[in-house]
Amino acid sequence: MSDCRRQWNREDELPVYLAGPISTGPNQRKTYGMFSSVEGAFESKTIDFDNYAVGRKGSRTPRSGSGERLLDNGDPIGKTPSEARAPPPSNAPAETDSSSEVRHSGRERHDGETERLLIKGGRVVNDDQSLYADVYIEDGLIKQVGENLVVPGGVKVIEADGRMVIPGGIDVNTCLMKPHLGVRPVDDFLQGTRAALAGGTTMIIDHVTPQPGDSLLEAFERWQEAADRKACCDYSLHVDVPQWNEAVKDELELLVQDKGINSFQVYMAYKDLYQMTDSELYEAFCFLKQLGAVVLVHAENGDLIAQEQSKILGMGITGPEGHPLSRPEELEAEAVFRAITLGNRVNCPVYVAKVMSKSAADAITQARRKGSVVFGEPITASLAADGSHYWSKNWAKAAAYVTSPPLSPDPTTPDHLHTLLSCGDLQVVGSAHCAYSTSQKAIGKDDFTLIPEGTNGAEERMAFVWDKAVAMGKMDENQFVAVTSTNAAKIFNLYPRKGRIAAGSDADVVIWDPDNVKTITAKLQQSAADYNIFEGLECRGGPALVMSQGRVVYEDGKLQAQQGTGRFIPRKPFPDFAYQRIKFRNQVKARQAVTRGIYDGPVCDVVLTPKYITPAPSAKTSPTSHQPPPIRNLHQSNFSLSGAQIDDNIPRRSGHRIVAPPGGRSNITSLG
Amino acid sequence: MSHEDDCSSLLSRLGSDSPRPRMKYGGMFCSVEGAFENKTLNFESFSPQTQRHRASRPRNNDQDKCLATTGQTMVFFSGQENFGRREGDRLIIKGGKVVNDDQSFYADVYIEDGIIKQIGENLIVPAGVKIVDAYSQLVIPGGIDANTNLRSPQRGLNPADDLYHGTRAALSGGTTTIMDHVLVEPGSSLLSVFEQWKEAGEQRACCDFSLHLDITRWHEGLFEELEILVKDKGVNAFLFFMAYKDKYQSSDSQLYEAFCVLRDLGAIAQVHAENGDIIDEEQKKLLGLGITGPEGHILSHPEEVETEAVYRAVTIAKQANCPLYVTKVMSKSAADVIAKARKKGMVVYGEPITVSLATDGSHYWSKDWATAAAFVMSPPLNSDPSTPQYLTSLLACGDLQVTSSAHATFSTAQKAVGKDDFTLIPEGTNGIEERLSVVWDRAVATGKMDENEFVAVTSTNAAKLFNIYPKKGRIAVGSDADIVVWNPKDTRTVSATTHNLMVEVNILEGFEFRGVASVVISGGRVVLEDGKLNVTEGSGRFVPRKAFPDAVYKRIRARSKMAETRGVPRGSYDGPVHDVISMNKSVPPTPTSRGPPCPKTQTGPRNLHQSGFTLAGAQIDDHIPRRSAQRIVAPPGGRSNITSLS
Repeated sequence: MSDCRRQWNREDELPVYLAGPISTGPNQRKTYGMFSSVEGAFESKTIDFDNYAVGRKGSRTPRSGSGERLLDNGDPIGKTPSEARAPPPSNAPAETDSSSEVRHSGRERHDGETERLLIKGGRVVNDDQSLYADVYIEDGLIKQVGENLVVPGGVKVIEADGRMVIPGGIDVNTCLMKPHLGVRPVDDFLQGTRAALAGGTTMIIDHVTPQPGDSLLEAFERWQEAADRKACCDYSLHVDVPQWNEAVKDELELLVQDKGINSFQVYMAYKDLYQMTDSELYEAFCFLKQLGAVVLVHAENGDLIAQEQSKILGMGITGPEGHPLSRPEELEAEAVFRAITLGNRVNCPVYVAKVMSKSAADAITQARRKGSVVFGEPITASLAADGSHYWSKNWAKAAAYVTSPPLSPDPTTPDHLHTLLSCGDLQVVGSAHCAYSTSQKAIGKDDFTLIPEGTNGAEERMAFVWDKAVAMGKMDENQFVAVTSTNAAKIFNLYPRKGRIAAGSDADVVIWDPDNVKTITAKLQQSAADYNIFEGLECRGGPALVMSQGRVVYEDGKLQAQQGTGRFIPRKPFPDFAYQRIKFRNQVKARQAVTRGIYDGPVCDVVLTPKYITPAPSAKTSPTSHQPPPIRNLHQSNFSLSGAQIDDNIPRRSGHRIVAPPGGRSNITSLG
Repeated sequence: MSHEDDCSSLLSRLGSDSPRPRMKYGGMFCSVEGAFENKTLNFESFSPQTQRHRASRPRNNDQDKCLATTGQTMVFFSGQENFGRREGDRLIIKGGKVVNDDQSFYADVYIEDGIIKQIGENLIVPAGVKIVDAYSQLVIPGGIDANTNLRSPQRGLNPADDLYHGTRAALSGGTTTIMDHVLVEPGSSLLSVFEQWKEAGEQRACCDFSLHLDITRWHEGLFEELEILVKDKGVNAFLFFMAYKDKYQSSDSQLYEAFCVLRDLGAIAQVHAENGDIIDEEQKKLLGLGITGPEGHILSHPEEVETEAVYRAVTIAKQANCPLYVTKVMSKSAADVIAKARKKGMVVYGEPITVSLATDGSHYWSKDWATAAAFVMSPPLNSDPSTPQYLTSLLACGDLQVTSSAHATFSTAQKAVGKDDFTLIPEGTNGIEERLSVVWDRAVATGKMDENEFVAVTSTNAAKLFNIYPKKGRIAVGSDADIVVWNPKDTRTVSATTHNLMVEVNILEGFEFRGVASVVISGGRVVLEDGKLNVTEGSGRFVPRKAFPDAVYKRIRARSKMAETRGVPRGSYDGPVHDVISMNKSVPPTPTSRGPPCPKTQTGPRNLHQSGFTLAGAQIDDHIPRRSAQRIVAPPGGRSNITSLS
């Protein structure tokens, strides 16, 4: 790939459309109006496509290699585009046609099933600019963007009629297979991706949620297999790390190097289940940073939540209102603050999944002002609803809103989050789609801590951002594209394959109709859940046409998604968007010791005065010595292991009352 | 007080006299008649002494002493019994400007038996009274240093300045009350350590002292001891460590539990706020990089780590509805967190210390190991040179409330224990002697703060927070005669050669500070005069403090009433309920913490640890879901102590 770039440096081999402006005289400049295409503007942005393909140099050929390797398990749709992607630039120099045409030889399809499409007369909206242009799509890829395209005959033409043509949405947070007490969400990869497509989202990134003790790799493969069978749109996977130990490290390395995963979620909540201590988080951050992965954080203070939950259950509050009561906003903000601190110390990018409250969002904003590399993701629910419904008299309704962190009861939260999203303080909109039916939620009818957590939102995600931010004048259409698609693609290293309308990108395109008005109701939704938390809300803006991998899957309210057409999109580590700054900081932040002469003054003898303190470096080195307790400890044994032990770094303690054993108190008496 | 005849003549006169013309005394700072009397008349109800003392006090008042006939400003506090006080001097401080936290006025102060007996002009006093000349100087309440470590050993090393040398230095700097931290090593009894400390203090201290307890390992078994300490022993503040991993550190759960207990007892929670987990990791990393000098200390204790812990402590305290006192605020961002939390209405107090107000952390990079090591303390001094000014500004506007010294000195030889490993350097700096001068020089002399605010942050606020007001922290009739005559014009230069400490390094070496204590009176005795220090070892008394300080707990009480949460009364859900067990297909046997309390069907290999034993009927812990085998990742109090039961 890199050699084609070298070729262009030679003047004679420049593609004509690039060479043109240079060779002609200086008086050729024309203005095309603000949104019309500046000649060559998009070409130069997209022709270098392969240079954007990120990843560690030399480890693999940028995209086609990994795509083939990962997708050659009998998935023809997956295979063809990746093959097709390789030739164009090398062929391009040979072209001698008129300016904006790129004709690709060697483009003969062996399966011939993909469509050739031309979207005419639309306004192409990317995150940086909008321009009137036609989009020509072939083989699931965008081949040309521009006016007066020269296209082969027999192409299906879609009239956009001046509507916006935007890159398909990327939903970075879905949980379509997350088991809760063995219960799977009603929306699996099929239902969930259908809902996503109906809302204009053409790619999801789902959370793989292994249980503590499970192999991450196996869980990943389970998820991938299920998704390959069912998903109707392209997908990728985050892997949640339920616990931290040495075994996990190897698996993480494998996932990053070979499986195309570059983001992992860690939990600061769910005490005794997924929660990690600060030390573990620090180690995890360090390790993931070395791998070049993005760390997703579920930020809530699990210790305090556990305390509050037992307090509130003790008060006899068992309904869903106990959920927000036991998880107040402060606990979220505190954990966000702590996660950012950890990220700063380790110099590692932190991505806060599910920003639900003003104060958590403010913590992110302030950290960004101070230069931290941190990203925040509000979700559909936090952008469109508030937590007042937890107090609904209708149990089923109240339970439907249960998600963690909970929706903030403050009704001004959605507005505030939209404002921050508009000004770039928050970057990505997810949905955290994890839909359980009412009967599944009813598992927790007598104890709110058992209610499966999750709300819907995949289908409504883009429409609500449009309705509450763009239609309100807070955000422009370019920023809309950025927060619903492009930023996510950049952070998770999918850009510019996803998240942009440019030649060479995947043909995940949405024609967006800003005038579409829709009332949300569970009756008409694609999701299989029997409740929609946005029930009855009216919302402007919606997709008129959705195209996934070059095929029209949604048009005029009709969904024609095909099960199993979704491809796994591998992602490389070290996304530039997150890691460029990190790399520079690493170089700058190298610490150096002060060189000084050796201290030769008197040194107080410590050994002579070990009164009743643990021998000096208690926490760190001395494996065997420990303080003699003041009273003889009858439980003390002289048994000791010689030599270095695996837990030498952990200090011994003398007898100690265990106040809060892991997993709750006194279950020793009932081992069942 | 309940008896009619117990009422002072002043009170009865108020009702009986004919209306008197209002008199103007002119001048902003002149005393308004009765202004201070009214504030101090109810003195006894404020007294932090326990109930038993109160009962005995009004009984033996002698009305004979009532001389309230002539001088208008003359006030006499009847019923002032000299319980348990040593014989003190009779003193009159003449010509000074009395400065309290609320107002200043010119008045003489008459002291007898260690108590302030009269304040006003033209006092009638017995003959032969020693006169202290305070013309053109300020008469301020003696400073209260709310944080000292004069006896807490680190790594088996006792501080160079013990309770005698430390209090001696305190007096020379104008501090007449210290609150020392009792460090209770894990496993020791709180009560016995407290008694040891108190005894040591009574033998050694030369100024009044009070004690905070540092709880290094929280468990519910401490509750009884805490109750005794709070109710009978006069301790109302307890410090918890969020740093010192595997040694003193408390987890969030422990802090929450402890804060709840303290709230119920009416005590104040103090925290040493630093994230010990991160520090521990950073220390390992730095040592791994070969950084062993004192600069490793500041590198491993970055500002953010302090800020994060302050933020977390505030959150926990908010949840537990417990007042929080953050000791040693060393950085701008930590101070900001406190200021913001206060703006949101949280009951939180911040304490910058002498050195954080006076200097910065650039010396950690000093080429001289001994100099660099002398600055080692936690949280460390901030390397940002604008930190002292910033903290002073917050102090002046009331966002931070108390100044203290965090005095804990170790000689260079002691510090040298860590010459090859910065984590072993005993932590602590001096500051007990320079505290008042630093605040005056940095805040008052620069115009940030007025003299009343100066009194507030050096003395009154601490007295209010820790419930020894108005016995301490105010110049009023009936208050303890802990008085400093402050000369704002004088200057002094700090030097290890001239200071009153044992330690051979003073980290404020060479600083010149405006504002000097010219006369210090502690317990009614002049201990510093004409530059001569005249202290008596063991003359300091233990000052007990009662629970539920009003300044702190009024709000907490009101909030406790308001904060009751109620459930929503709804009909019981009667729809279909998903069957959890039947759905339990491919999931391995329940490593979820919230599983149902019944054993699950298992698909995996048979769990040999599983038992069929169950208890019939409702159990006390039914609300806690059972779990089957699960790897214990983070057992309480650190890992794997099961293998070594010692």
